[in-house]
Amino acid sequence: MANTSEALKSEMPESKHDEKILEIKNLKKYFPVKSGILQRTKGHVKAVDGINFFIRRGETFGLVGESGCGKSTAGRTITRLYDPTEGTIVFDGEDITKKKERHLFNLRRDLQMVYQDPYSSLNPRKTVGSTLIEPLKVHHIGSNLKERKEIAQSIMQRVGLNPSFINRYPHEFSGGQRQRIGIARALVLQPKLIVGDEPVSALDVSVQSQVLNLLDDLQDEFNLTYLFIAHDLSVVKHFSDRIGVMYLGNMAEVANKKDLYHEPLHPYTQALLSAVPKSHPREVKKDRIILKGDIPSPANPPSGCVFHTRCPYVMDVCKQVKPVMEEIRPDHFVACHLHNEGTTTLS
Amino acid sequence: MGQETVIELKDVTTSFFSRKQELTVVDGVSFSVEKGETVAIVGESGSGKSMTSLSIMQLVPAPNGKITNGEIIFNGEDLLKKSKKDMQKVRGNDISMIFQEPMSSLNPVYTIGEQLREQLMYHQPFSKREAHEKGIEMLEVVGFARAREMMREYPHRLSGGMRQRVMIAMALSNNPKLLIADEPTTALDVTVQAQILDLMRGLSKDYDSSIILITHDLGVVAELAQRVVVMYGGQVVEEAKIDEIFDKPLHPYTEGLLNSMPKLNEEQTRLESIPGSVPTPDNFPKGCRFVTRCPYAMQVCTEEQPTLLEKETGHKVRCFLHEEGVGKDGEYERSS
Repeated sequence: MANTSEALKSEMPESKHDEKILEIKNLKKYFPVKSGILQRTKGHVKAVDGINFFIRRGETFGLVGESGCGKSTAGRTITRLYDPTEGTIVFDGEDITKKKERHLFNLRRDLQMVYQDPYSSLNPRKTVGSTLIEPLKVHHIGSNLKERKEIAQSIMQRVGLNPSFINRYPHEFSGGQRQRIGIARALVLQPKLIVGDEPVSALDVSVQSQVLNLLDDLQDEFNLTYLFIAHDLSVVKHFSDRIGVMYLGNMAEVANKKDLYHEPLHPYTQALLSAVPKSHPREVKKDRIILKGDIPSPANPPSGCVFHTRCPYVMDVCKQVKPVMEEIRPDHFVACHLHNEGTTTLS
Repeated sequence: MGQETVIELKDVTTSFFSRKQELTVVDGVSFSVEKGETVAIVGESGSGKSMTSLSIMQLVPAPNGKITNGEIIFNGEDLLKKSKKDMQKVRGNDISMIFQEPMSSLNPVYTIGEQLREQLMYHQPFSKREAHEKGIEMLEVVGFARAREMMREYPHRLSGGMRQRVMIAMALSNNPKLLIADEPTTALDVTVQAQILDLMRGLSKDYDSSIILITHDLGVVAELAQRVVVMYGGQVVEEAKIDEIFDKPLHPYTEGLLNSMPKLNEEQTRLESIPGSVPTPDNFPKGCRFVTRCPYAMQVCTEEQPTLLEKETGHKVRCFLHEEGVGKDGEYERSS
């Protein structure tokens, strides 16, 4: 897999925007369900069940879906915080799927994460300074404490924290400021890709926009690529270049944001978009689709297309054949039998 | 919309006391709700919106929290003068409340049926069988297809959206005159949120109930409310009809909130934001509470507190920019 991506890279060396920094193929993550005194495996929760997508260098890829759709698991598997069950992850031209933990050292530097909860993701017993200096020490950046402190302070300055607060503890900061510490911690090693797992959803609206603007500025300045995981479609639309919609461990649709919001092709994407509250009282929402029922359990997903139990356009084929992701239009991928002409015939 | 006032808050003040100090979290809040009307209380965390609703229900955490001033007129009576026992009859009967956390608001060791029946039988002279039938009926109202089986389920077996629907069924089962919904959809996914909002919209239409909707999400406000009360630092800073709030907000805070909301149907390259964060009650500025974050702050704002004035009919605002005689005589100065 590393070779194919290498080949891709050499094919178009000059167009930097087309270079794929991350490529995910058929990624699966199953968690075993154990029960009984012998702790036998009784089944699997298929949190991520074969997703495909890629991220180009310098862009922001938004991953959306409702709770339990596997978007966070996907993020954690990509950063190798979880070991993938199946599939390949190619990061920066290198297959990192099977790498051993001790070989992941450099990857950890290039791939950083920002977490959702600014209250529990920072160690309450460490000052901001030691939180930021520790990764520098581990990765041998800066020759002594003084230099590392300077690096930490310049990063603090950059994310909008007063550098003189370096000896303060997390509890002395507000939610928005803590999230800035989390961003500073991810940034201090100068990574290539940052995975943000709902980085603004715990913040108030006025602070949320501050943090989004900051992330936007940092992207240009440090030439960062973002994988932005969120459930809020308005935020994702504002922030992303391309968007992937997940449902029950599967990718339903991947497209650039303009196509996705103007012409959603997958019925689930359509329902999801129509459910977003209007932004003005006089705005007229055209035919809101209200989905019936609840999201099925990922331990026992429906046969065929996982969305068929709630889909308003369900056909016979949907109940039996799982649709494959196809590029319907340039850069617009959908996994749905309504659009996949070739696969609608039962085999 | 009827012209009958269901509830009126007059100058309600709630404080928390510690040995050292008194922290005022709700500071002289006044507003009213008409019959069949949905009023949204909007504000960020720490603005005192939830404490206002707990003050109406008199559920302010004792013994440190206390309602120190004001009147809450409901049905022609001051709720604050009622005894504990009388208040218990009001709660869940005349006024019901839905909380944010559907996970923790239901008792995990009782079935849905037991919990529904208990509160029905407390407020109305139902037999167990009648209460059971009424409970099933209410579950059907909130959209459960298998209502009869649902009565036997335990809360942990239900999803977040289902639990919130059970909470709404419970809150509505005694036909309350007023429903207080404290962030009813915040913990839920968008598609489930759409289901719940649809349900609540139907309720205010079909049953003519009044709703106080507490939320930080202006999208939810745009969907449901007819009137909006904006709170900041424990005070009401603006109150107006829904269209006026969205079309011509008067208070800089309301303006900032609207601008920092990402919109689905507009192309924005950059979000506007309000600098800084909400001050805590022990840290309120001396003058206007918004002064530290306000782009139009003037000298007078740092010294004195503005009063809530009716600028136009039904549109109230607490800001020196809109007070007569201020900000016109060259005093207009940008801070920062």
